Amino acid sequence: MRPVAFDYVAPTTVEEVVQALSDGGEDATVISGGQSLLPVLRMRMADPSLLVDLRRVDSLREIRDDGDNLVIGARATHRQVSTDPLVRQHAGLIAKTAGSIGDPQIRYRGTIGGSLAHADPAGDMGAAVLALNGSLELTGPRGSRTVAGGDFFVDYFTTAREPGEVVTAVRIPKHDGWGSHYEKFTVVVQAWAVVAVAAAVRVEGGQVAEARIGLTNMGTTPLRAAAAEQALVGVAAADTDALRAAAATAGEGTNPPDDPSGTPEYRRHLAGVLAGRAVVKAVEAVA
Amino acid sequence: MVSIRLTVDNVERTAEVEPRTLLVHALREQLGKVGTVVGCDTSNCGACTVLLDGESVKSCSVLAVQADGSTVDTVQGLAQPDGTLHPIQQAFHEHHGLQCGYCTPGMLMRAVCLLSENPTPTEEEVRHGMEGNMCRCTGYQGIVDAVMAASQAMSDSYGANQSSIAEPAGVAS
Repeated sequence: MRPVAFDYVAPTTVEEVVQALSDGGEDATVISGGQSLLPVLRMRMADPSLLVDLRRVDSLREIRDDGDNLVIGARATHRQVSTDPLVRQHAGLIAKTAGSIGDPQIRYRGTIGGSLAHADPAGDMGAAVLALNGSLELTGPRGSRTVAGGDFFVDYFTTAREPGEVVTAVRIPKHDGWGSHYEKFTVVVQAWAVVAVAAAVRVEGGQVAEARIGLTNMGTTPLRAAAAEQALVGVAAADTDALRAAAATAGEGTNPPDDPSGTPEYRRHLAGVLAGRAVVKAVEAVA
Repeated sequence: MVSIRLTVDNVERTAEVEPRTLLVHALREQLGKVGTVVGCDTSNCGACTVLLDGESVKSCSVLAVQADGSTVDTVQGLAQPDGTLHPIQQAFHEHHGLQCGYCTPGMLMRAVCLLSENPTPTEEEVRHGMEGNMCRCTGYQGIVDAVMAASQAMSDSYGANQSSIAEPAGVAS
């Protein structure tokens, strides 16, 4: 189908984007890569009056080293994030996750900021950002602010982004030396995750010193699996059975969706299995 | 209406489009590029794949206005003006890389991009690299064989005649 008619502007600065969003009112929508928004528009599940395109805001494509953090511009594409040397070095989980999103065509267009702002709980990047304690930078009519990933995701397709605000960057604390893996289970290879697990581990003296686990499509927002993270601390890195057993609790306490791809009970089981695989591969990456 | 300017298959073109016009519709209905087809209309199948500034994208998932100022390469620009097939087209022909042919325009354009990113892929890399393109006849083996053969043919011709591969027929670098 063809989208409902709308107006369109493509400003060149963040200030102009914010102004356009303010002028456009409640029905104005930001478009970045459009890989989530255009399918929604085509199916007429949304009818914005104005699209404010970020494509000419070149500053939002930058990926830079900011001391203890990496700052990834909101309009950096999944392809760019997955191949960027800084991201691969300091936040391998983000690079690996970006490289698993959709398919090659979608990764050329889709952007990290757009994917996070869309906040589909089956979207991949949220779990990875949560796992690495990332945060989002937003700019709006009242200035700029930084929101922790855990506070950004509020509900199904709902974030802490206020009207008139735009996500400008994702801030990821460097995780040099950590092993990581994103393990995704899909029905068809480029389909949305039934469940996926983002894992990052730090190994010290042959044991897991710290573990971080993010869950995709296990609730109305991306989640952290805190109990499994705790259970993994102290486990011998070489003992894959023990790693899997500790990670198996990842789905406990969650309330995942019930749809034709799986029941909540099945998804909780799957989360534990995938967390085991993800953790073992993350440990292998640094062992 | 918005006026956009594009370089389509090496020719500068302009078009008057609504902001909501999808790139695939502008190509088919206003620019004569009916070789680019609409398959699923849900961003899944990849039949509408074109190169946008050299990168393979699904033209059903790009607004025409977003392509303003860009270069677009479609399947109609692949062969030489005299009809000589692009090495990837030739390989699809020789290796039976199509059955009904509906997915073929997208398969070819994705393969062009894949081989520009990675000129000598393994079979596994080809399978992953073509993930965004569906063949409902399920003729994947022929398609994978064709992409592998095209990679070989293009590498061979690179050795024999560098200039011929530096700019594959009809595809702006």
